[in-house]
Amino acid sequence: MALDRWIALIFILFCCTYGYLAFFTMDQDVPPFMQSNPVWPSTFPKVLAVLGVIVGLVVLLGLEKPDAEKEPSATDINYRRLHEYKLGQALALLGLMVAYALLLRPAGFIIATVIFLVAGSTVLGERKFHVMIPVSLIAAGFVWYLVQQVLGIFLRPLPFFLGH
Amino acid sequence: MLEGIMIGLEAAFSIQNLLLVVAGCLIGTFIGMLPGLGPMSIIAIMIPVAITLGDPAAALILLAGVYYGAIFGGSTSSILLNAPGIAGTVATSFDGYPMARNGQAGKALTIAAVSSFAGGMIGVVLLMIFAPALSSVALLFHSAEYFALMVVGLSAIAAFAGTGQVTKALMMTLLGLILATVGEGALFNMPRFTLGIMDLQSGISFITLAMAMFALPEAVFLVLNPAGSAGGQDGSRKITGLRFSRAEGRAMVPVIGRQSVQGFFIGVLPGAGATLASFLGYAVERNIAKGDDQAEFGHGSVKGLAAPETANNAACTGSFVPLLTLGIPGSGTTAILLGALIALNVTPGPRLMTDTPEIFWAVIMSMFIGNVVLLILNLPLIPYIAKILSIPRNYLIPFILFFTLMGAYIGQNNATELLMLVGLGVMAIIFRFADYPLAPLLIGFILGRMMEDNFARSMQLYRGPDFILERPMTLGLLALALILVVLPSYRARRARKRAEGVADGD
Repeated sequence: MALDRWIALIFILFCCTYGYLAFFTMDQDVPPFMQSNPVWPSTFPKVLAVLGVIVGLVVLLGLEKPDAEKEPSATDINYRRLHEYKLGQALALLGLMVAYALLLRPAGFIIATVIFLVAGSTVLGERKFHVMIPVSLIAAGFVWYLVQQVLGIFLRPLPFFLGH
Repeated sequence: MLEGIMIGLEAAFSIQNLLLVVAGCLIGTFIGMLPGLGPMSIIAIMIPVAITLGDPAAALILLAGVYYGAIFGGSTSSILLNAPGIAGTVATSFDGYPMARNGQAGKALTIAAVSSFAGGMIGVVLLMIFAPALSSVALLFHSAEYFALMVVGLSAIAAFAGTGQVTKALMMTLLGLILATVGEGALFNMPRFTLGIMDLQSGISFITLAMAMFALPEAVFLVLNPAGSAGGQDGSRKITGLRFSRAEGRAMVPVIGRQSVQGFFIGVLPGAGATLASFLGYAVERNIAKGDDQAEFGHGSVKGLAAPETANNAACTGSFVPLLTLGIPGSGTTAILLGALIALNVTPGPRLMTDTPEIFWAVIMSMFIGNVVLLILNLPLIPYIAKILSIPRNYLIPFILFFTLMGAYIGQNNATELLMLVGLGVMAIIFRFADYPLAPLLIGFILGRMMEDNFARSMQLYRGPDFILERPMTLGLLALALILVVLPSYRARRARKRAEGVADGD
């Protein structure tokens, strides 16, 4: 089974869960004064859940025929050529993004950002640290200034143990 | 109308707004030039900045400038590297790249800039004529018609998704609508589908979703498949000789005239947009051209370069018509703009022109200014801006990812939002691998709340779903939506049967 059909199957299961929540768990919470109302909070989700299952089934069963003449082009992204891609680098970068999210509060903006930028370029094969570290430091400082001072959004620059 | 133009000029010519147009165009050109990053990613990255400006007119002006700049930058990389940054400029590379290879890169860039300028300008004039007319019709609409109109818009976007893609696009639209129901709505004062998670109480942030759907996957694909993007190689090639001859100018004029009008009207249609307009523009001009002219297409033809460039800019302008008059976005980019406006407490729609004419007209006027800025400021700078193409991707990609992270953080001021960004981004990457279109998801998400509001209001008014039958216009629009969805597969089936030689009954 091709990937798009697997996704359709997951989508149908998702819609069933969503529909279950809408049909069976939401209506108890509707306050009495709203019960004479023709629309409840669950009305629209119910419609969506049913439509979602129908459309998902159409994709899963392949009722709509794909364009047979279309050949996937070499430059287009295609999961059948996944092994040819630099999967490790991409996963490492995604991992770095997660690490950044977790580090941002405790380590402070400046340190987290510099680590992210330097580690990111290292993952991609850059070895000129004497360029990358100053560049990331300047970028982090500049963005911090922009966000905190110009846009006025709180962003802790330093680690938690150095005050705020 | 004259009064409106005056209001618009006054607003657009304030120092702040002029600076914003210039900044927007420059940033847009800069990032739009990077192969692989389209206008949707750039606008998504710029939205937090626009929202913190606080002034809706200023925000729209900045974002419209970025949009124009991105399209312009996209054609630059198509011409110089044969690596279109976005689908809308693929047709530009057909003739632009051969021209650049013949050593006429400067001329190609100028032709592209002049025809984009003309396409954009004529598009804005058409927008000024058609938007007020359309919005006075739209004022007659009730919530039932609005609901139906949104259904039509969403179906049209799915219908234009291409052969074999219609149900996939519909599936994505529904997923977008479902995601929009998460959180506490204005209509019912109760949280829905939050699964008890506090961070979902206020719903999924549209900035995070937009970044996760476009900017993040595009950056990751640059990593995955370096061959897909030819960036960082010969971008620093010398660009000289920006002039084109008088004869070439004369050849361009009729092309520009035809393609700006055609492009504009294609742009107005939901779901069609700049890509379709540029390909169609190229095809039409090639068919019209005769003899030697036609043979030159694909080998550096002036007409072949002017046609898609005019058409895609006119279409970009055209796509503002449904956004500003009906409040219904026809493309991913205008959907992101709509999201930004909603975040600034402005609801685009027919009332926009009567309630806050200054926003409407300021945007129109800034489109004029944006086009002029692109022509007289950006064009001479292109040889310098093109240097960005030689920035190594090892530096570029971490920065792009960092900006998506920052955008999501600024939008919500919350570190868990970043985890959500990565999660949704991974989902988007899987969808892209399976060839699911992502723009419908975002458009569905942004229209979801409004659609439910209008649906609920008409249900309350008519005490049930009778409004569908009692209002002929609603019924008509819903029927149209059904036809739009069913027609592509019906036609494909007929074509297939005909190809197999089976009689199809008529």
